[in-house]
This record gives sequence, C-alpha cells and structure tokens, in this order.
Amino acid sequence: MQISEIASSTTSSIKVRNGKIQIKTFNRSNFVLQLTLAFLIIFTVVAPFFLDYKSIDLQTAIFYTVDNLKMMFLQPALNQITIGTALIQILITLALAFLSTVIGAVISFFLAIACAKNLAPTWLSNTIITFNSFIRAVPTVLWVLIFAIVAGLGSVAAILGMTLHTIAYLSKAYSESFEEIDGGMIEALRATGAKWWHIIVHVVLPQTSSYMISWTFLRFETNYGVAIAMGAAAAAGGIGFELFMSSSFYYDLHEVGAITYFALIIALILEVISVQIKNRLIGSR
Amino acid sequence: MPTILAEKTEVYEKKGKNKKEFQNSKTILKIKDLYKSYNIKTPVLSMIEMELKQGEFVSIIGPSGAGKSTLLRCINRMIEPSEGSIVFDETEITSLSKKALRGERAKIGMVFQHYNLVSRLTVFENVLHGRFGYKSTLKGILSIFTEEEKQLALEILDKLGMKEFAYKRCDQLSGGQKQRVGIARALVQQPKLLLCDEPIASLDPNSSKVIMDHLKEICETMGITVLVNLHQVDVAVKYSDRIIGLNKGRVVFEGLPKELSNYAIQDIYGSELEDLIVE
Amino acid sequence: MNAQFDVIKKKRIQMTIILLVMLLIVFGAKVLTDFSFMEGLASIPGTVFWMFTNLIPTAEAMENFPKVMERLWETIILSILATTTAGIFALFFALFGSKTTKINGLLALLSRVIASVFRNIPVVAWALVLVISFGHNVVTGYFALFFTTFGFLVRAFMETIDEASTDSVEALNATGATYFQMVFRGVIPDTLPQMLSWVFFMIDTNIRSATLVGLLTGTGIGYIFDLYYKRLDYPTVGLITLSIIVVVIVIELISNKVRRMIL
Ligand SMILES: Nc1ncnc2c1ncn2[C@@H]1O[C@H](COP(=O)(O)OP(=O)(O)OP(=O)(O)O)[C@@H](O)[C@H]1O
Ligand SMILES: [Mg+2]
Repeated sequence: MQISEIASSTTSSIKVRNGKIQIKTFNRSNFVLQLTLAFLIIFTVVAPFFLDYKSIDLQTAIFYTVDNLKMMFLQPALNQITIGTALIQILITLALAFLSTVIGAVISFFLAIACAKNLAPTWLSNTIITFNSFIRAVPTVLWVLIFAIVAGLGSVAAILGMTLHTIAYLSKAYSESFEEIDGGMIEALRATGAKWWHIIVHVVLPQTSSYMISWTFLRFETNYGVAIAMGAAAAAGGIGFELFMSSSFYYDLHEVGAITYFALIIALILEVISVQIKNRLIGSR
Repeated sequence: MPTILAEKTEVYEKKGKNKKEFQNSKTILKIKDLYKSYNIKTPVLSMIEMELKQGEFVSIIGPSGAGKSTLLRCINRMIEPSEGSIVFDETEITSLSKKALRGERAKIGMVFQHYNLVSRLTVFENVLHGRFGYKSTLKGILSIFTEEEKQLALEILDKLGMKEFAYKRCDQLSGGQKQRVGIARALVQQPKLLLCDEPIASLDPNSSKVIMDHLKEICETMGITVLVNLHQVDVAVKYSDRIIGLNKGRVVFEGLPKELSNYAIQDIYGSELEDLIVE
Repeated sequence: MNAQFDVIKKKRIQMTIILLVMLLIVFGAKVLTDFSFMEGLASIPGTVFWMFTNLIPTAEAMENFPKVMERLWETIILSILATTTAGIFALFFALFGSKTTKINGLLALLSRVIASVFRNIPVVAWALVLVISFGHNVVTGYFALFFTTFGFLVRAFMETIDEASTDSVEALNATGATYFQMVFRGVIPDTLPQMLSWVFFMIDTNIRSATLVGLLTGTGIGYIFDLYYKRLDYPTVGLITLSIIVVVIVIELISNKVRRMIL
C-alpha cells in the first residue's frame, strides 16, 4: 500500500501531516507537561548567569573543598569533645526531636479530627488547612528565632518552632488517613446511637492507628534532622551546636567529620526503623 | 458439580485440524528437558518436553502455581531457565547473547493478563512499541517510525476493530480494548510465535470471547503459532488444537481437546478439584 | 468468655505499659533538654502578641524592600537550580537503583547506599564545610542544597519507578527493546508527571532550607534575615518573613495547579 492510499483508505480519524502519519494528537496534559519541562530546562541553563558570584576563584575553592572533604570523611577525629559528650549531645538532639514530635502528635490528633472532611464541617476543615499552609510556609528556623525573642534562645523556642511544623505536617497526614475510613463503618455505629466520641475511639482510632504510628515515626525521623539544624542555626543545643562550634569556631574539620558520621549513623538507624515500621504496619507493596 | 465438568463442551471442530495435519508443518518451537528452579530443593518446572508446529493453537492449563507463567517466560528468557534446550525457529534460545536474544524476542509476541501497556501514551504509540526489537536505540528513544511501520500498525488495529481509538490514551480504554492493543503490539512485531499469559483472566465473558476469537483468527489466517495459558478449561477445549496440562511443574497431559476426559482433568487439577466440588 | 476477657485485659496492660514508657521518655527528654512545658505554654500568647505588634512592616521597613527582593530572588533561583540539577543526577541513580530498571544488583545497591548517605548527612554539615572553602557565596548554598536534594530525589524517584512501571517494562523487554528504549518510552512517560511533582515539592522545601543555609553561610534571604534580626529591626524582619510566606505559597499554588493538569 502506498502512503497516499492510506490517507484515503483510512477514515478521517487518522491524522496525516506533511505526508506523515501522526502517532499522537494534541493533548492538554501532555502539553502542560512539556511546557513545564521546557521551562525548567531553560531556567536551569539561563539562571546561573543571573547569580552574583562575587569573583570567586572556583578552581581553588573546589580544590580546597575536596581537601576539606578528605579531612572530614577520611580522617575523622574528636578533639574538642569526648565521645561521651558527643553521645550525650546526640541524645539531646534526639530528645528535642522526640518532644516536639510527641507534643505535635497529640495536638495534631485533635486538629486532624477537626480537619477531616468526613468528621468535621467544611468551614472548619478549610480554616485549619489554610492555617497549616501558613505555618508551613515559614521556615522552621524563622519560627524558632521568632519564639526566641520572647522565650529566649534555647530548647523552649526550638521545641515550640519544631512543634508548629510537626503539627502542620501530621494533622494533614492524620486527617487524610481519617478521610480514607469507609463511611459505612461510621454510619453503622451512628445507627446504633453511639456518641461522637465513641465513634472516634472505636472506629477512627483502631482503623488508622497503624498509619498514624508510621507517619509519626517518619516525622520523628525528619525532626531529628531539623533538630540538628536548629542546634547549629538557633542555638538549640545538641549535636548540631557542636557541629557549628567545631566548624565555625575551631575550624576543626576532623571533628566535623566525626560528628557528621555520628549524626549520619543515627539517621540511618532511624530510617531503617521507619521503613520497618511502615512495612510491618502497612505492608510493603 | 462445577460447570467445567457438568457441561459437555462442544469441541471447536469446524476449522480445527487434527493432530496429524500439523505433523507435516514446520516446527516453530521445540523444548527439551527444561528445568527451572528458584531454589535447589523444589523445581518449579521439570522435564518439560514440547513441540509446537507452525499455525498451531495450543493451550496450557493447570492449577495456580503449576508453573504456567514461568514456562511461558522461559521461552523468551524473561525468566532464565536453569537447564535444558529451547529451540525457536531453528535457533537455540538458551545460549544466546543478550543482543542476539533481543533479535529473537522481536520474533516472539507476548500478551499479558494485565495488558502491560504504557498507560499515559496513545494506543498508536503503544502498538508501535512492538517495533523496538527491529530498531536502533536512538530511533526508538526518539519514536522515529517509518510510514510502513505506522501503516502496519494501523492495519492491525483496524483488523482488531481498534483503529478509531488510535489516538486515545490507554488509561481511557476498557479492559477488552486494552487487551486488543496488547495483541496489536505483539502482532506489529510480525512474530512467528505468540505467547499469551492468561489473556482473558481479567475480562468479562463477552470481552473474553472477542479476545479468544481474535487469537484464533490470527492463528488461522496469519499462520502464527499461539501458545496460551488458560484458567478456563472450557475455553481451552473450545479453541485449542492441542492442550497441555501442567501440574507441579510437570506435563501430566498432552492431547487433543476431545481427549481431555474428566479423569485427565482430575489428573491436572489434582486435589484442587475436590475443593471445587465442595463449593 | 473468660479468654476474651483476658485478651482485653492483656491489651489494656500492654497499652498502659507503652504509655508509661512514653511518659518516662518524655520526662527524660524534658530533663535532658532543660525544657519546661509551663514556660513553653506561657511564651505562646506573648509571642503571638509580640508578632502582631512588632512584625508588621512599617513604611521605614518598606525602604529595605528592594534589598529584600534582591536576596529573595537569589534564593528562589538557587532553590530551583539546585533542585533541577540534582533531579537530573537523581534520575539516573534512581533508574540504576530501582528494582524494575536496575542493570545489575551491585550497581543498584551502590546507588541506594549513596543516595541514603547523601540524604542523611545533615544539610547544615554540608553548609558549614562548604562555607570554609567557598566563603559567603551562592555556590556554598547551591552545593549544600544540591547534595541533600539529590539524596531525597533518588529515593522519591526510585519509589515512583518501582510503583508505576513493572508491567510495561516487562512488555517492552519482551518485544526485544533495548534498555534505553525501555526506559525512555516505557518508564519515563509513565513516571514523569509524578517525578515532576516531586521536583516541585523539593523546590518548595528548598526555599525554606535555603533560608536556613543562608543563615549559616551568609547568603540569600537567610543572610538578610539574620542581619536585621540582629539589628533588632523587627518590622524589616516581618517584611522578610512575609515575603518568604508569599513566595512559598505562590509556588505551592502553581505546583498544585500544574500537578492537577499533568497527573
Ligand atoms: N521469583 C520467584 N521466586 C521464587 N519462586 C517463584 C518466583 N516466581 C514464581 N515462583 C514460584 O513458582 C511457582 C510457579 O509460578 P507460576 O507463576 O509460574 O505459576 P502459574 O501456573 O502461572 O500460576 P497462576 O495460575 O497463579 O498464574 C509458584 O510456586 C511460585 O511460587
Ligand atoms: Mg501465572
């Protein structure tokens, strides 16, 4: 068959352009996808020219960095602090993360009930969602520094700031798992004349507890990282603060390396536990 | 009584050839002494012997876990067989290099239970994926197809009654339509052998009939050998030239549909049959 | 009946023990960090009141607006750039690490380990080390964000690929397609929208991280926040905070819109 023949023999449903059969047609979702991709690619190519590099000598800087990274990762050593101190500081960081996760989780539970579309009125749900996205938009470190003005720099400000973000995150996660509960179950209990709180305790909690535990631990893992950052940037104490001291005060890259390794190992352990919890409770795909 | 036994199934006789007629045809696939085990203790397949002739329609039936899917995937080495020989179109498959294997895979079409389409691409694009085995990497990545290839794809889609859907995204199709796209993708490979792994297991009876009719027609008019894994004994009896029964990785039955007695079915399905009867 | 009662009783005891242990850890953490619930609770109303009285940008603060915008712009560029470039690398590592598209087991393991290490080294550690050699320069911020983003995106992309494309990968391999044909025509079309969605998520996250990194390394919006915070120029601090809120929310809105159109 010749190409011209196809054009005539096929019904109008087949599109031919410049004598070539088209294998796809215009489609909005693909168009937006390609547009977005094109934008990101062009941005990536062009944007570097809009940054002010302040006449940095890139070659020397990279050379030094490689050197520094070598010192850090290949010759880690503790000089200013002892292993005992390092471990206690790690514990403090974990404690900061733990407290803000626990406080955040308890508050989030109640907020999530008030936010889930199948349990609460729409206006309340929307108000909380808006409030959450406002909280999330402000970086944690800024919240901590703002709290610090009244509460003073330290654990109180750090935990308050971290708790805010935890609430924004967990109440969304919790309320989404509440919304996935089969409506029939709630209806069945309601039909028996059960009180609203009975429904929460006997349907909502048991149905979603594994998801909530899994989300909460995931947040704990995240908060551990945030707590390190708050120690370094907002004087919240813990291993982050030691990291800051050894790099910016003592310029001791060996110690920075050792501390980084400590922090990394704990983070990896937390990640493994978190994946385990998720697989156990929710089941891996 | 389960329906598969109660119903005295009519044998597809009108066009069906009998065993003798295929004896003079060319051998397309010859499997000898095939073994496959995931762990050393229990082989999933053992001592598999079979020979398929050109234009033959053969069904494999057997209980869940018998090794039907594994057997099918060993043929094009989607799963590596442990031991034995598979000769397809006069080529020993088991010893092929990766590159040569791709060339042979191009000549073997495969149809899946879950259709396995790239859901966000159009029907047309998915069908043309069948040509990748004949293309350079770059041309494939850039989706450069010749007009002949596109025309072939359209012809096949037309034959399967899917041409009007050519520009539809695959996630907008029904199951039966998706499976027809899956078959079209396999046919566009211009294969000599079509492997179908439970092609109708996810479909309703109507779509199942459409799909099986298409497969039968492909086999008869295009002379392509079709090897189908099936769960429905009545369907196997109705469409096949020959039936192979598999149980615990061994061939326990081989013969014409009319030779498949209740006794043989019991042999194939073993204890599972009792479960069926209890229901 | 008795057995049933026992089960409930056992569960009660179990729950009580878990609760007690949790309380014990809370108490331990409280002592360790020197945290006081009362103090925390008490400072909330004070902070809210303070925010509404001091963080409102005044006309004077608005004079700093151009300076703030300049730094903000720098931060936005940095965040997007770090995300997109990290995304390109992450794509390849994810392909090599995913169960469905891996080339061989060793490479897959290696790619997973590398990603895991980069993801879990705290961003502040990168920032603090890089600032020593790169100085108070955007490049410091760029690399710090790049490394953590890379680690995160490898995992996200890997999970996306694992979830989406086992079936079509099998089909394409069966047609005799080459590895890259399978990847570009089978895996990418199915997973690109979800991956882009992750990229947007990461741009959003990075704008907030960039503030933190900027604080530590003296670059971008973090630097200027630190500057006015230490000068106790709170109206300007409020202005900076507001501008970050606007940027993050605008990006979130755009990405939600795009996500809805492409998914
Ligand atoms: N990757 C694997 N690793 C270990 N064992 C496997 C693997 N894949 C399949 N098996 C085992 O091989 C046996 C045969 O599996 P196969 O999928 O071939 O059966 P089947 O006959 O197709 O069953 P079904 O009708 O349910 O599709 C099963 O016992 C299965 O558990
Ligand atoms: Mg199977």
